[in-house]
Amino acid sequence: MSGASLTTAGAAAPAYRKVGSIRRERRWALIGAYVALAVFVLFFLTPPFHMLVTSLKSSAEIADLSGNPWVVRRPTLENYWELLQQGNYLLHFRNSVIVTLVVVAVTMVISTLAAFALARMRFWGSATLATGVFLTYLVPETLLFIPLFQIIGGLGLYNNLLAMILIYPTLTVPFCTWIMIGYFSSIPKELDEAALIDGANHFQMLWRIFIPVALPGILAATIFAFTVSWAQFLYPMAFLVSSENMVLTVGIVSDLIRGDTFQWGKIMAGALMAAAPPLLVYAFLMDYYIAGLTAGATKG
Amino acid sequence: MTGGNVIAAPGVPAAAAPSRPGRLRRIARRRSTLAFLMTLPLLAVIGGLVAYPFFYAIYLSMLNKRMTRFVGLDNFAFLLTRETFQFVVWQSVIFAVSAVIAKALIGFILAHVLHALPAKGQRKWRGMLLVPWVIPPAISTLAWWWLFDPTYSAINWMLMGIGAPPIAWLGEPGWARFAVILVNVWYGAPFFMIMYLAALKSVPDQLYEAAAIDGATGWQKLRYVTVPMMKNIIAITVLFSLIVTFANFDIVRILTNGGPQDRTHIFGTYAFQVGIQSGDIPLGAAVSLFMFPILAVFAVFVLRGVTRRSKEMAG
Repeated sequence: MSGASLTTAGAAAPAYRKVGSIRRERRWALIGAYVALAVFVLFFLTPPFHMLVTSLKSSAEIADLSGNPWVVRRPTLENYWELLQQGNYLLHFRNSVIVTLVVVAVTMVISTLAAFALARMRFWGSATLATGVFLTYLVPETLLFIPLFQIIGGLGLYNNLLAMILIYPTLTVPFCTWIMIGYFSSIPKELDEAALIDGANHFQMLWRIFIPVALPGILAATIFAFTVSWAQFLYPMAFLVSSENMVLTVGIVSDLIRGDTFQWGKIMAGALMAAAPPLLVYAFLMDYYIAGLTAGATKG
Repeated sequence: MTGGNVIAAPGVPAAAAPSRPGRLRRIARRRSTLAFLMTLPLLAVIGGLVAYPFFYAIYLSMLNKRMTRFVGLDNFAFLLTRETFQFVVWQSVIFAVSAVIAKALIGFILAHVLHALPAKGQRKWRGMLLVPWVIPPAISTLAWWWLFDPTYSAINWMLMGIGAPPIAWLGEPGWARFAVILVNVWYGAPFFMIMYLAALKSVPDQLYEAAAIDGATGWQKLRYVTVPMMKNIIAITVLFSLIVTFANFDIVRILTNGGPQDRTHIFGTYAFQVGIQSGDIPLGAAVSLFMFPILAVFAVFVLRGVTRRSKEMAG
């Protein structure tokens, strides 16, 4: 485009007659923008809000059809209290924490090593492997859960948390490896040459240079692995059967719904507490969270 | 595939000192052995838990229900004659296509609206708008389930307020289909928003300035600057989301479990019902594998888009 070389000063000058209308147009556009935002924020935040409202109600208040379902008249913490005092909720929470921590650790070790090798040490088939890693990321879990069900059974890991620890990396490792290849590739080659001249071996190079320099990318990948492991639903649903072995995503439903009795107050309280860890991570590390999310498309 | 080069390692291998070829070759050989060892865990995960199960699924799908006899493609042929399975195919297509279109449109609008805001307010609004994506879908769908409850539906309570009759959200096939799509859109639209927003920020300001000088209207800027610059990201995001939505499980499983009368089943939930719950592993594997051709086509196009994008970014 030929106009690209002109500066901003040129843009404002010629149309002084239309400045007023442009300003008015801008203002209306901004008002329209805020209206649209308000509508969607309302739509997006209604379910979590209703979740919170319900979790603060007693069973009697929930069952009372005469009241407004969107407000609490007598707020109580009894749902939360009962969940933490009795039943398996704390056990499910603990299981989720264990599985997630182990999977995140395993994922980061596997993908950091692999990404370093693929980004810096070309070897036979490394380009094909990098493509393969990306394609593996696109394989959905619904495609493979039935053969994995057989494989897990064959290994004697049915209804065992170890099965989760074994299988979740298939969902986390490919994407983490792939975004870290991108981050590692963006590190200037001069840095590794300098390290090699100083006599560093490859592991020292990875540990002393690559990991510190690519720390934002590593954090983004860690957050991704955490959210995927915490949210996984199909595998625990298919491979875990007894309540004491379940993780949060399946445990809430299996324990708080008995036949036709839905303990909605407790379900909502449990759901809210289960949603809290990812929400907290997101609240405090939003930039890294978003970097991990968009890395796939905006980075090589 | 040469495309992998761009993702993996642009440029030449480091430490190229042409003076001492013998030593260099030894270093190179040692280095490639080390590199292979470092990728070994990755290869084990991909080979043992993705590639092997995939071929095992093909084998399983050709057995009879008790897994004692090889039956060839009978399971696939049987499925195609079943009316329920035809519903599943149609519902999967309707579910994925309509949800992805809605998500893409909402995401596009929100990204533009956010982009127009001053930088300070943008962060706050973006933070709130991404919340549906952050809550695990298996958890947030419970909230929707409760909102759609036949007796206590808080949505119906509001409808009553404006004099509309209550709706059997999950009890009537048409509404149940709408409900699962709605929840999927609610969950997925923020992802599109954040991807488009990142892409919008990467469009150079000079292009808009140039267009303004040429007297372009807002619509023309969108049509001739924004869309062409974002075409690739839009394609990648849409195709990626088609894969994920087509293969969805959580939302349908919790909200309707395929009902009423199997009208909201999609591939994932139907495969679960047939394979795990009814114990017909081979038939379940066959249901899952029906997804494969369409997913493979989308995946190839995503890969092509991403490769092109990395080439663009590289200059």
